[in-house]
Amino acid sequence: MKVKILYLASLREQLGKPGEDLEISPAVSTVAGLRTLLMARGGAWQTALAQGKALRVAVNQEMAQPTTAVNPGDEIAFFPPVTGG
Amino acid sequence: MPVRIQTKDFDAGAEIAALRRNNPKIGAVASFIGVCRDANDGTAVTKMTLEHYPGMTEKALEKIVVEAKSRWKVMDVLVIHRVGELKPADQIVLVVVTGSHRSEAFAACEFIMDYLKTQAPFWKKEETPQGARWVEARSSDDEAAQRWEPPKSSAA
Repeated sequence: MKVKILYLASLREQLGKPGEDLEISPAVSTVAGLRTLLMARGGAWQTALAQGKALRVAVNQEMAQPTTAVNPGDEIAFFPPVTGG
Repeated sequence: MPVRIQTKDFDAGAEIAALRRNNPKIGAVASFIGVCRDANDGTAVTKMTLEHYPGMTEKALEKIVVEAKSRWKVMDVLVIHRVGELKPADQIVLVVVTGSHRSEAFAACEFIMDYLKTQAPFWKKEETPQGARWVEARSSDDEAAQRWEPPKSSAA
């Protein structure tokens, strides 16, 4: 299935890109599964997305949890904890 | 439109006047303005760039406003948040809440700021004499937001 991924703020700089359209296996059915898949790229991906790193994820512009489902056509954004205001 | 994201500055007096116009039932106006400081964590800050997640930012702020209106008896709410490049002393954010009485207006205004700090997708990058750095989230902001719990089940 095809999903749209966004990397925002410091994460975009660490990963060197603002996002990508990705074809993933339907077996990658959750946010946690997608994170694991991206970490397997190694290097900066492994470091920036490592478990224990403060990271937030939104699915279709709503805050998500590791268990949140990922469906075809979803927009999934990875970003650091927010610092506005 | 109770939520605005913009690069340009705002005039709090004009915004408050517009919000109060033709509403003699208002007895209280509570407002907050967040301002860019010239130092953070002991280091001089010469410039700041505010990034956001277009689309989600507006939704997240609107959700916070709806939540505030469901918790307190208030009339109108306005949130303006700037993005882009800002300098020390520049205004960053404006929250205005109108209501019949001050206690509800104060509480709703503080709640909106506490939730904005932890839920709305904005990020600050500071320019310092040692180079640029992303601002780290503060645990004190999480604690400030948590005192308004219990959260709705949908709160992330």
